[in-house]
Amino acid sequence: MSKTKYILGLFEDPDEMMHGIDLLQKNSVPIYDVFTPMPIHGIERKLGIKDSRLGYAAFMFGCLGGTTIFSMAYYMLVHDWPMNIGGKPAFAIPDFIPITFEWTVLFTAFGMTLTFFFATHLFPGRTPRVMDLRATDDRFVIAIDAKGSTPHEDITKILKDAGAVEVKHNDRKYVSYE
Amino acid sequence: MASHSESIIREPLITGDNITYAQITNDVLRPVENMPGRAWWIGFTLASLGATLWVFSVSWTFWYGIGEWGLNKTIGWSWDITGFVWWVGIGHAGTLISAILLLFRQNWRNSINRSAEAMTIFAVICAATYVVSHMGRPWLAYWPLPLPNQFGSIWVNFNSPLVWDVFAISTYFSVSLVFWYTGLLPDLATIRDRATGIRQKIYSVLSFGWTGSVKTWQRFETVCLILAGISTPLVLSVHTIVSMDFATSLEPGWHTTIFPPYFVAGAIFSGFAMVQTLLLVARKVLGLENYITMFHIEAMNKIILLTGSIVGVAYMTEFFIAYYSGGEYEQYTFLNRFIGPQWWAGCMMYGCNVLMTQLMWFKSVRRNVPISWVLSIVVNIGMWFERYVIIQISLQRDFLPSSWSVFHPTWVDMSVFIGSIGLFFTMFLLFVRVLPSIAMAEVKLILKSSSEQAKKKLLAHGDLDPEQVEFYKESLVKFDSVEIANYQKA
Repeated sequence: MSKTKYILGLFEDPDEMMHGIDLLQKNSVPIYDVFTPMPIHGIERKLGIKDSRLGYAAFMFGCLGGTTIFSMAYYMLVHDWPMNIGGKPAFAIPDFIPITFEWTVLFTAFGMTLTFFFATHLFPGRTPRVMDLRATDDRFVIAIDAKGSTPHEDITKILKDAGAVEVKHNDRKYVSYE
Repeated sequence: MASHSESIIREPLITGDNITYAQITNDVLRPVENMPGRAWWIGFTLASLGATLWVFSVSWTFWYGIGEWGLNKTIGWSWDITGFVWWVGIGHAGTLISAILLLFRQNWRNSINRSAEAMTIFAVICAATYVVSHMGRPWLAYWPLPLPNQFGSIWVNFNSPLVWDVFAISTYFSVSLVFWYTGLLPDLATIRDRATGIRQKIYSVLSFGWTGSVKTWQRFETVCLILAGISTPLVLSVHTIVSMDFATSLEPGWHTTIFPPYFVAGAIFSGFAMVQTLLLVARKVLGLENYITMFHIEAMNKIILLTGSIVGVAYMTEFFIAYYSGGEYEQYTFLNRFIGPQWWAGCMMYGCNVLMTQLMWFKSVRRNVPISWVLSIVVNIGMWFERYVIIQISLQRDFLPSSWSVFHPTWVDMSVFIGSIGLFFTMFLLFVRVLPSIAMAEVKLILKSSSEQAKKKLLAHGDLDPEQVEFYKESLVKFDSVEIANYQKA
């Protein structure tokens, strides 16, 4: 039994990496994850990742923000302590638009970004679970769980055929704990 | 796909041969991973001396009160609000570049957005300090917030543009900060994975454990797109609301309905000028000529020309409306800008903002680095005088001639202003030293489609329209980072 836990294919070129994903999938090798130094479009469709639902979260947070400040303005200036300003109506809706807009934007931005951090497990001080240190620099890394049924030599060959500059058989999942 | 072939007639956004992904990282991180050079130390020393002056003069103001400024009974707003509006205006370019240009798919924004956003944040910090200083009693700075209180529970007045302004500026600052920092995460992870020891630990905390997995990137892009979408109206709203501080008053020279678009155009104008001032130096000192190319410089100059011309049209409209209104106070206010005691301030405003920027119609001016740099500073001098003229010259002639007055700044006024420039540059120089000044991930994104070498490959591949090839080669002449000789023999 080999000690290899993960097989990493390191590519120099994003198009070759996309080709690698195609070849692996054609040979029914399941892909664990892909790490890239920049966003690669189309990769999520190949890996069958569903569309992000952050947009819905953003919309809900925006509605919450606008409602919150509008209600606050109503409570403060109309209900709790209406002021007579030149006999004009206390419930001056047009005047409340700027603050309503600002808090809609404020809540959308913070709510959505915090949801993103929460869902993706990003927070200050989190130990980076990095599988290859160059994946944030200049390598496009396909990670394959070595427990699969495909022989390791075959996986290596597929990756090499697709143009991988290096194939690593790692005994540990993450390098960043060392 | 990671790459698609882009039409040959588009100018390259990354120049130079043999630019690889690793090369981009090395080039951008050079100032972060090495000790800074002499130019940085000289700049930093001067800037921090300025920042020290700022600390001193603001402390002086807090201790002795705003009576130390040159304000008088007639003129209650002068250099303080001028400085505030000036800095907020400068703080408009960053979010404009990162948000509006993202929505318009302007790929050239990728190499200038990071430092422009950083600059935005520092400019808004400078602006915010003016707001706190001019309150006179800064420990009561929480009064504009809608908090329960003991004054019979009288709330803040949401009908007031000054309260809107509190909301607008604080939202703008915090949303810009979130946008900027989220965009920084992948680049911080790059630094982390190359660093060792204590630096690695620090950048590890800062990078939030970013790994660059597929899902992270997918969500990251959604977040950036939506942030851009909401920041676009936000950036336009901020200076609109700042202008309403004036426009909703009953002061001739202030109560103009044209103010919101006029102020927004002016803000973008001064913001781009400040980006130009900083980046023309940074690209040289940090050796980033291949990423911030002549194309970028010219594109920014075109935006300066456009917004400067919008500001020019707004000036003419103001004069026409003052004449057409038939109101003698309104007419006198505008006449006073030229024949009043501070006519030279009016000349600076109109001369720097309108006349000087019209030089940008000439290609030779737009593509000349030293001239562009000088013009970018001229623009910001002009924009400072614009706010000074609007705020102070409108106030100096009261409705009662016995109250007529002129503003004379004291040394505290001047020190706060000069000091805020020092504070701004201190923060910017520290930023350049510890954070990547170019969004590496975003520049890598366009390497395979929009770089000079990608275009070269297209050329070598042949079967292109010869007319388009000729057009492309001619467009390369303006670049100071392209070896033209390589193209002549081909």
